[in-house]
Amino acid sequence: MGMARAQGRRLSRGFWGGAAALAAAGILGTVTVANAAGIGQPVPWQMDLQKPVTEVATEIYNFHHLLNWIMLVIVLFVLGLLIAVVVKFNEKANPNPSRTTHNTMLEVAWTIVPVLILVAIAIPSFRVLRTQLSDPKADLMVKVIGHAWYWSYEYPETVGGFKFDANLLEGDDQVKSGQPKLLATDNEMVVPVNKIVKIQVTAADVMHSWAMPSFGFKIDAIPGRLNQFWFKAEREGTYHGQCSELCGQRHAYMPITVKVVSEQAFQAWTAEAKTKFARTDGGAKFAEAK
Amino acid sequence: MAQAVAAGHDHAHDHTPPFFQRWFNSTNHKDIGTLYLLFAFSAGIVGAFLSFGIRMEMEAPGLQYFSNPQTYNVFVTGHGLIMVFFMVMPALIGGFGNWFVPLMIGAPDMAFPRMNNISFWLTVAGFMSLVCSLFVEGAPGALGAGTGWTVYPPLSTAGHPGPAVDFAIFALHLSGAGSILGAINFITTILNMRAPGMTLHKMPLFAWSMLVTAFLLLLSLPVLAGAITMLLTDRNFGTTFFDPAGGGDPILYQHLFWFFGHPEVYIMILPAFGIVSHIISTFSRKPVFGYLAMAYAMVAIGVVGFVVWAHHMYTVGLTLQTQSYFVFATMVIAVPTGVKIFSWIATMWGGSIRFTAAMHWAVGFVFLFTVGGVTGVILANAAVDRYLHDTYYVVAHFHYVLSLGAVFIIFAGVYYWFPKMTGRIIPEWAGKLHFWLAFVGANVLFFPMHFLGLAGMPRRYADYPEAFAGWHWVATMGGHIFALGMVVFVIGVVLAFRSKERAADNPWGEGATTLEWTLSSPPPFHQYETLPVIVDEPSHAH
Repeated sequence: MGMARAQGRRLSRGFWGGAAALAAAGILGTVTVANAAGIGQPVPWQMDLQKPVTEVATEIYNFHHLLNWIMLVIVLFVLGLLIAVVVKFNEKANPNPSRTTHNTMLEVAWTIVPVLILVAIAIPSFRVLRTQLSDPKADLMVKVIGHAWYWSYEYPETVGGFKFDANLLEGDDQVKSGQPKLLATDNEMVVPVNKIVKIQVTAADVMHSWAMPSFGFKIDAIPGRLNQFWFKAEREGTYHGQCSELCGQRHAYMPITVKVVSEQAFQAWTAEAKTKFARTDGGAKFAEAK
Repeated sequence: MAQAVAAGHDHAHDHTPPFFQRWFNSTNHKDIGTLYLLFAFSAGIVGAFLSFGIRMEMEAPGLQYFSNPQTYNVFVTGHGLIMVFFMVMPALIGGFGNWFVPLMIGAPDMAFPRMNNISFWLTVAGFMSLVCSLFVEGAPGALGAGTGWTVYPPLSTAGHPGPAVDFAIFALHLSGAGSILGAINFITTILNMRAPGMTLHKMPLFAWSMLVTAFLLLLSLPVLAGAITMLLTDRNFGTTFFDPAGGGDPILYQHLFWFFGHPEVYIMILPAFGIVSHIISTFSRKPVFGYLAMAYAMVAIGVVGFVVWAHHMYTVGLTLQTQSYFVFATMVIAVPTGVKIFSWIATMWGGSIRFTAAMHWAVGFVFLFTVGGVTGVILANAAVDRYLHDTYYVVAHFHYVLSLGAVFIIFAGVYYWFPKMTGRIIPEWAGKLHFWLAFVGANVLFFPMHFLGLAGMPRRYADYPEAFAGWHWVATMGGHIFALGMVVFVIGVVLAFRSKERAADNPWGEGATTLEWTLSSPPPFHQYETLPVIVDEPSHAH
């Protein structure tokens, strides 16, 4: 199995790598410009979440900012109390300690107030969670399979029924592509903009996790299980993610690249992909194609 | 709190056994406690060496020191397992627990002194097995187990055909058996051997914390033992508990592991909660604020800690209902934790605080644990964890509660009890310098990891995109500062043993009210030949 995998990797490097470079320069070349703003990938000294490009990611972004402010206030409150204690109650400032060990009002307050804060957090938390785990009707389903150490994608019969591997883009190929190091793949998953895309995720060997920060998206790829998640990218562009479940030696070297393109560009891509990539056997099998 | 009126002990007949008998066949709780502390320090050096390797590699993108990234995974795994099972747990539970639970409750020794001995040596044997695992093949063509401390299958089964994972599993079996025996010992000792007059509601908070911790160990470790035994038979005897090819499921392992793993994080922090309460009370010259609430907050944390495990598993494909429940249950834990934070501050409020080295560490802990706590509340929300799961944000969070929580209190405990344990005095300047280096170093080391996680940097990566380079460089610099603090610590300990100065029985004054301060420093080989009697002082009535 290991040998077959290694051979597969070599094959896809040589053949698909070249094909993808051409494809990137041709059909999809126009969308790479949008990445200049640091969307779809991290930027140096970044201190915040990546810019959201789906409704779910935007909700995470806003909810996280709300949480951050609440937590900042709590931390500053505790810090303020500690500074007050250090200043007012050191042995020089207060030579005679009090013997107070109880204050019912205070104790009730510091139990009830955190409960209220948590309830205030829970309400938006459950709302965002419901959106994430809702199950809208899919416009496109893609099957994603995690391998040690690359991802493969299968597109259904409705768009041509083909499958391909996405390997890390290394060396000269990466430099030529203009894509960031360790984040770019030779073949990208291509999806249409403003369409609900569902992915069904599993793994062939050990566990992996398909993560796309700017989509607010992470779902584990588990052998023997088929996980499903959805996104609707609202902006054309190239987006990068990385495997997020420890999977062995080359865990850091199996990135995820998604190209979000216009409907026309997507059709052009599937037309070419049908001829370029291997056919799925009678179309990719989907568990619950809606 | 209750106070001793009579603490009988006899200095005259202090016979210590010969060296081998004393340190290898030891049945004395103080000697076993010392052994645990020395062992934890030694294992901590190995764990720190591994983290040094991690930090050096992460200083810049690309592979600098690890030609094979699998070796990096092995370092990460070894660092995690050693720090959890062979540094924090032996130091807080085996070390301070053995030393001070009997002293604080007025008991002559632990209930089962010989079982205490086997607990310690099983832990040492476990550590040996883990060290062996570093030097045998794990994944094809690489030494050691690179599975992460969670040892998830199928990476730990199909992904590691070599015997390294078997050695790691055996290490957890041995140390787990040692911990279960230790837990039985603590429960029996605390429930049966308290001095006359010391009811549970007068018992010092450190003994309370150890009682709760012991129950958590007793109930959670057998589940881990079961899970890793199933892993072992999957690996070696053809079973398929976790292998879908035979009808098993890798997620079953995750449920079993985290049913242990989540109580485990409270096992590491609850003893620290106990210690910090004593330090703050002692140096504020005030009794602990809200004693009963403090004790029952720990009980509540322990109980609720058993029903939150799947918040480590939000991305495995759990249903909406399941995730909602675990979000809710996890956030509940913030309430008793908040009670503890505010009660520590209220204990200091109105006090007359002496800022000794130990008090520096305790106050630093209260602040840093708050920071680690609030990021825990953020991560409790499945909606946000969808983004942050398995990123450096999680690494930052658990190092704030463990490396800056549990570890800070291990050092606080050392500075607080060192005079009692050895009769020597670590110079205050060393303890304070160590604190400031550790405080600055650990924050510079771990705070930027929040930013890395928010930017999307996954955990357990030997190599990373260039965008992450800046904060990783800062973190590595923080690691150097923290390491410098450790040098100061060692200098302080050496100076303590070279100095002719000897510690008083109670060097901390009237604020130190627990029973260990009524004994000599160091205490006699066998203490409480006449049991102390506890009476309630009117001024201390609750």
